[in-house]
Order: sequence, then structure tokens, then C-alpha cells
Amino acid sequence: MKQVSRETMEYDVVIVGAGPAGLAAAIRLKQLDADCQVVVLEKGSEVGAHILSGAVLDPCGLDTLIPDWKDKGAPVTVAVKEDNFYMLGEAGQVRIPNFPMPPLMSNHGNYIVSMGNVCRWMAEQAEGLGVDIFPGMSVSELVYAEDGSVKGVVAGEFGKNPDGSQSEAYEPGMELHGKYVFLGEGVRGSLAQQVISKFDLSKGHEPQKYGLGMKEIWEIDPAKHVEGRVTHTMGWPLGKNAGGGSFIYHLENNQVYVGFVVHLNYKNPHLFPYMEFQRFKHHPMVADLLEGGKRVAYGARAISEGGYQSMPKMVAPGVALLGCSVGMVNVPRIKGNHNAILSGKAAAEAAFAAIQAGRSGDELSEYEAEVRNGAIGKDLKTVRNVKPLWSKYGLVASLVVGGLDMWTNTFGVSLMGTLKHGKTDAAATEIADRHKVIEYPKPDGKLSFDRLTNVAFSFTNHEENQPAHLTLKDVSEPVKINLPKFGGPAARYCPAGVYEFVEEEGKAPRFIINFQNCVHCKTCDIKDPGQNIVWTTPQGGDGPNYPNM
Amino acid sequence: MKVLVPVKRVIDYNVKVRVKADGSGVDLANVKMSMNPFDEISVEQAIRLKEAGQVDEIVVVSIGVKQAQETLRTALAMGADRAILVVATDDLHNDIEPLAVAKILKAIVDEEKPGLVLTGKQAIDNDMNATGQMLSALLGWSQATFASEVEIAGDKAKVSREVDGGMQTIEVTMPTVITVDLRLNEPRYASLPNIMKAKKKQMDEKTPANYGVDVTNRLEIVKTVEPAERAAGIKVASVDELVAKLKEAGAV
Ligand SMILES: Cc1cc2nc3c(=O)[nH]c(=O)nc-3n(C[C@H](O)[C@H](O)[C@H](O)COP(=O)(O)OP(=O)(O)OC[C@H]3O[C@@H](n4cnc5c(N)ncnc54)[C@H](O)[C@@H]3O)c2cc1C
Ligand SMILES: Cc1cc2nc3c(=O)[nH]c(=O)nc-3n(C[C@H](O)[C@H](O)[C@H](O)COP(=O)(O)OP(=O)(O)OC[C@H]3O[C@@H](n4cnc5c(N)ncnc54)[C@H](O)[C@@H]3O)c2cc1C
Ligand code: SF4
Repeated sequence: MKQVSRETMEYDVVIVGAGPAGLAAAIRLKQLDADCQVVVLEKGSEVGAHILSGAVLDPCGLDTLIPDWKDKGAPVTVAVKEDNFYMLGEAGQVRIPNFPMPPLMSNHGNYIVSMGNVCRWMAEQAEGLGVDIFPGMSVSELVYAEDGSVKGVVAGEFGKNPDGSQSEAYEPGMELHGKYVFLGEGVRGSLAQQVISKFDLSKGHEPQKYGLGMKEIWEIDPAKHVEGRVTHTMGWPLGKNAGGGSFIYHLENNQVYVGFVVHLNYKNPHLFPYMEFQRFKHHPMVADLLEGGKRVAYGARAISEGGYQSMPKMVAPGVALLGCSVGMVNVPRIKGNHNAILSGKAAAEAAFAAIQAGRSGDELSEYEAEVRNGAIGKDLKTVRNVKPLWSKYGLVASLVVGGLDMWTNTFGVSLMGTLKHGKTDAAATEIADRHKVIEYPKPDGKLSFDRLTNVAFSFTNHEENQPAHLTLKDVSEPVKINLPKFGGPAARYCPAGVYEFVEEEGKAPRFIINFQNCVHCKTCDIKDPGQNIVWTTPQGGDGPNYPNM
Repeated sequence: MKVLVPVKRVIDYNVKVRVKADGSGVDLANVKMSMNPFDEISVEQAIRLKEAGQVDEIVVVSIGVKQAQETLRTALAMGADRAILVVATDDLHNDIEPLAVAKILKAIVDEEKPGLVLTGKQAIDNDMNATGQMLSALLGWSQATFASEVEIAGDKAKVSREVDGGMQTIEVTMPTVITVDLRLNEPRYASLPNIMKAKKKQMDEKTPANYGVDVTNRLEIVKTVEPAERAAGIKVASVDELVAKLKEAGAV
């Protein structure tokens, strides 16, 4: 193979990922020092192309970062006007009125937004301040200094053949060096995973927990549309098979976001999260709303759910993890964007002070202290027991107990101390024979859609002539272990239908990876029973092209 | 020789287009836009001609909304030398018609005096397949459309064209307008170092008034409809069943 030589560029801070965390950090650095050299690299074809969130935004993060965001035209305009929570039974629904819910579950003062559009707007603000933002550039590697600290990244490598060799069109990309590198890759970041493992950052913390969030944008009958309405449900169709629930947000232009989250600690490997989502839309309450409407877009993304006790150490020499690369989602509120923004701001402030003091390449421990003890820590500590309770006692009981714990926590004391999560989501998967196969109704093509049809509405694409970005540590494991023991769960947990087991008579079963369909949700990297699948970055610009997700 | 390459910002080819509720056209709000794929091919061809020493300057032009500057930056990052942005509208749903575009391009040709104009054979948004031809008529230049091979020698260009059922090779006299087809070349990646350098390349911003062209639309779009949805497929168990089904459907 040809020796790769790369051009190098020096920055003060190199930021991976143009999500709310990375962009907030870039903006704050420039606010503090207009001469600070800041670069943001984003694998999506444009900023926002890979952003998928709910989203009901708590503006507390934006308020501190850009206090005049309203005047600056932030696409944050649809105030939440109505907030409903339902426990669904198969036929009917029980409405839990708002008042018994603890105060922090109320969405008063929040906004229904497209985080994709919010990120596009934040990117404009950042560019206006002089930040260099390069979308369509995957960051595929970290670069280490001789002392073992992180000194930069490799971005923008293109044109490898499927076997890894260099094609005629090969572009080696560039090395971008910084005094500090920020990883704002979002949930289950591929480089963040490497840093966590290399520097053993999870030691002494609970394992991170995840959910799989799937989402569709619908254009519905204007007569049924109530701008500003927020609805959450739990219960049917998941029942006892898995934890999770749905969200339905009415944004502007007669559009609604319909989303469904399945906690990935489910035990029954026959569970098919995507089909649970499709089935959910046939509940009379949802079907009535969507009838006559049109599905405009589809996507999926994992969501971090471990909360306070699962946050790993977030700094190592030369590098800091931001936002959901740490895991800062407040689970009962299903909100992480405000904390992502606050973490970006805190990291920027720590880096600014360090650079002023002549430091570089060391640990920004001031950042970590601010996250744990400041606004983010407070937000997450209050609700730290909700998720373990869900896992332990099931839904209804934990709503009561968890609700109580949140009530008391609001006043600064918890009845329960801090509960543990236990196993990783991968290890939670149990042997197929111990569980019932679940029969799912066939999608009707109107309210529900087969997986491949829906994936086309993520507008995803990957250059075919490149190595598969979904790699197997042991290529024989899917067929030798996962298929016989777990019934081949990859064929079901992937919301984009990337994995297939092909079983033909007289031939050994084969495991196929249709990587072109991947929507970068990271579920396979999380849920594969043997943690045998490693998600790496494909060429920049590949992956979904989400509109206003 | 200088070469002029017009590049259009269009809806990205990965996006499934959706007609606006009132049928007036395709909904472009929140939609990913990119350089028209045929225009990437013409930019690539211009760069190859420059690398071969036959061209010394590549000027790219885009006419439309201000955001078309991203499209021009991509062309500059691929290897074009200089860009002209003609901001003709601020409404992203207003597609400037081929005749107006051709008139502006003619005015730019008069100013810049290129020896060659390379356009895409069509834009994948409205499939007009007209701009290059109109420009050639306005200029009184020769034209070679649907090029899948281009060879320039002295004041002649030899162009192979993809036509129904085969290939045709023609020779035209320079200066000329060539519209390029899909198989002419494989466009290169805009590399990160080149994208950085492209930020420093010259981009002039103009308006149609600078060229004395009226860009008011003359065509009226009566209706836009989406193709009928495809019926769900079925799985067949054997070749015999497949053949039977095809016969049933009258396909064989
Ligand atoms: C279904 C769902 C619903 C949610 N609902 C809400 C809600 O209602 N309210 C709320 O506040 N929060 C919600 N969240 C959580 C919220 O979306 C996250 O907390 C938030 O996105 C975290 O922001 P981030 O900047 O850390 O990461 P992200 O938003 O994930 O952004 C990371 C960016 O980095 C890029 N990137 C990653 N790796 C690389 C690489 N190696 N090279 C280059 N680029 C890279 C990605 O493409 C992406 O653009 C929801 C999440 C999900 C999945
Ligand atoms: C820049 C650009 C220019 C273009 N110009 C032209 C042009 O000039 N002329 C033209 O004709 N087209 C043009 N196209 C369209 C393009 O050529 C089409 O994508 C192509 O014709 C589709 O063929 P395919 O087999 O590659 O596509 P696919 O989408 O892969 O397949 C098409 C058909 O195959 C079926 N199929 C796919 N997978 C399977 C499977 N596993 N089993 C059974 N059936 C399957 C699908 O149902 C579908 O109907 C252009 C596209 C672009 C982006
Ligand atoms: S392959 Fe993995 S990351 Fe890609 S869509 Fe499927 S589960 Fe998500």
C-alpha cells in the first residue's frame, strides 16, 4: 500500500461534530476570543443532515449562549401550548392529567423545534463569528502526540476501494491539530468510544444505557393539526416486552413529528423495534390523527439513557467529550439538547482559560467539574433513579415511585440514594429459545410502511465503492453464535434493514451487510449481543440527508 | 484558452421530491441541495483540460439564489479558478428559466471572452435540456450536445455524443458550447485542503440588472403531480411461479 502523507493545519481547538454541543462550543470560544482558531468537522453532507432529535427544546441552554436568539432569527418559534401524557391500552387510552406529574415533566416554556434547523442556524452564527465549518468531512482517526495525549484528528479521507486499498480518486484527507480536541459526536461517538476505552474513562461509573429512537415527519389534515401540542404515550404496543414510549409533536406548517423510543435493554431477541413503531401508529388515537396525511421523512438515532451515574470521565489529555458523547439526556424529560449546549459552553470556557494560561494537551478537569456540579449535574441528579426503576419495577409502579422520587428530589433530597443500572444493553439480550416469537402485522402502506420503503425517506446513501463502515471483530460470529443462539437479532434491531441472514437450502447461512442503507443510528454498535459490530465512519457526505428532523 | 462553466444548484439526487400541497411545484423547504450532477461532470472536464494544458483559466457561474455560492465553492474546491454569482431571486422556489439564464450567460461570455462553454446536458430538477442550446444560438456559436468524449485540437473539437441506439462522433469549430452527458468522466472529490484553499478564491457577486437581463418568468406551470405510488411487490417461490406471474401480468 502507498504511504499516506497528509497536509497539516494547526488550530486552537478542533471540534468533531456539528451538533448542538459542538456548535455551542465553537460559538462560545469565538465569543470569548475572536482570534481563537476554531474548526468544526461534520460527517453529514451539510450541517443538520445527520441531526435527529424530538424535539421539545428547553431554551435554558440557548438563553445562556445566545441571549438574543429570538432577535437573531433562531428557528425556535413554536411554543408548547398543550402537554398530554397517555398510558395506552390496546383499544382505549387512559389520560394521566398533567397535575400529578412532577413539575420538571411539564413542558411549559419549551418549544417544539427541528434540531436539524436549529443546528443549521447555530452554524450560521458560528460562521458569522469566524468559525471554520466543514460539512461532508468524516473524522476517521485520532492523532496522538508522543506523550500519548490527543493532538488532533484525521478528516476528509476519500476514495478507498472496498478492500481498503487506494483507488485512483484517493484523497488522503488532512491532519487537523489543536491544543484541545472536542468530541461532540453525539450518542455512541465512534472516536469517543476509542477515547473512553484507551483512557479507561468508564472506570468507576455505571455502563451507559441507550434507547433506539425512530421518527417520522408527517404532513397531516390541517383540521386535525394543533400547533404547539405535545403528546407522550407509554404502554401499548410494547407492554411487558420492552420499555419505551412515543412522542407526537405538532410543529408548524401542518406537520407533526411522530416518534417512538424502545429501550435497548430488552431481553427478548425476537423483539422488532421498527415494527413496534409501525404497529403503534395503528392505535386508534394515532391512526385518527394521521389518516389522510402523508409521511414526509423517516429516520432513527440512538438516545443515551444512563443519566448521571453513567457519565464516564469526560476528559483525557488533549481531549474532552461533549454532550451525548458523554450522555447527558434527562430521561423522564427526554431532553438532552439543552445539556448538550451547556456542555459545549462549559468546555469552551475551560479551554479558553487553559489556553490563556499557556496550557495545551492536558486534561480540562475544570470542564468536568462544571458538568458534574453545575446546571447539567443538577438537572440529571434529580432524575437519576427513574431509569433504573423502570428497568426494575416495570412501568406503572415506577411512574408512581419515580414520580415520588422526582417530587422529593426537586426539594433536594432523594428517598433512594443512587440506583445502579447493572448490565450493558448488549448483555441484557437473552437466548431466543427462552422467549416467544412476536408476530407483527404486515404494514398497510398507508399508516405503516415496510422498512426499506421508509429508509428511502431518510434520503440516505453511501458510495458503494468503499469498505463497509460496519465492521465485524469476528466475521464468523453472526452465523456461528448470533443466529442459532439469539435468532439473528441484527436483522430486527437495525431500523434501516442493513443486516440480513440469508438462509438458502443446501447452503450455509450467510450474513449480509447492506451498508448503503445505514442511517448512522449506532444501535448495532450498542445492541449486538457479543458487541461484535463496530461502527466506523464512512466517507464524508454519506449517510442520511435529513430535512427538518 | 479560458473556459466558462455554468453550475446550477438543484435538489439533491438522493432526496425524494415532494409536490407542494397546492400543486404549484416541488417543495424545496428544508431540502438538501447540491450541484447538478451533470455540472460536476462539466467542471471535472474543464479541470482535465486545464491539467492537459489546453485551458488556462476556469470561470464558474451560478444564477439563482444567494445560497448558490455554496455550489460555486464546491466547484472552486474541485479546481475552478474564479466564480461569478448572479443573484437573480431570493425565493428558493423561483427557478430562473433557461432563456433568461442563457441571456445572462451570453452577456458574461461577451465580457469574459472564453473559447469554450461547458454546460450540463440538463438540470435534474426541471429536465429542460435547453440552456446550452439557447446559449449557442444567442452567441451564434457551434454546439455539441450530450458529449461523452471531448477532444480539442486547434480550432476544432471532436465530440462523441450518446444518441438513441449508439454513438455519433461530430466535429465542431471553436469557440463552441458543449453540453456534457453522464459518461464523460467521473468527477473528483472536493478534498478538505482544496475546500480550505477555495475559501480564498475570488467570487464576484452580480445581479441580472448588471447584464441588462429581465429574469421574469414567461412559462406558467399549470400543474405538478407525483408519479403514482408503486403497488406492493410479492415474493415468488420459484422461477416457474415467476414466469406464471409475469404471464398473468401480460409481461411475457
Ligand atoms: C428520538 C430522539 C428524541 C429526542 N428528543 C429530544 C427532545 O425532545 N428534547 C431534547 O432536548 N433532546 C431530545 N433528544 C436528545 C438530543 O437529541 C441529544 O441529547 C442531542 O442530540 C445531543 O447533542 P450532541 O451535540 O451531543 O450530538 P448530536 O446531536 O448527535 O450531534 C453529533 C453530530 O456529530 C456528527 N459526528 C459524529 N461523529 C462524527 C465523526 N466521527 N466525524 C464527523 N462528524 C461526526 C454527527 O453527524 C452529528 O451531526 C432526543 C434524541 C432522540 C434520538
Ligand atoms: C445524475 C443522474 C442522471 C441520470 N440520468 C438518467 C438518464 O439520462 N437516463 C435514464 O434513464 N436514467 C437516468 N438517471 C436515473 C438512473 O440512471 C437510475 O438510477 C437508474 O436508471 C436505475 O437503475 P438501477 O438498477 O441502478 O436502480 P435501482 O434503484 O437499484 O433499481 C431500480 C429497480 O430495480 C428494482 N430492484 C432493486 N433492488 C432489487 C432487488 N434486490 N430485487 C428485485 N428488484 C430490485 C427496484 O424495484 C427498482 O424498480 C439518472 C440519475 C442520476 C442521479
Ligand atoms: S447499521 Fe447500525 S448504525 Fe446503521 S442504521 Fe443499522 S443499526 Fe443503525
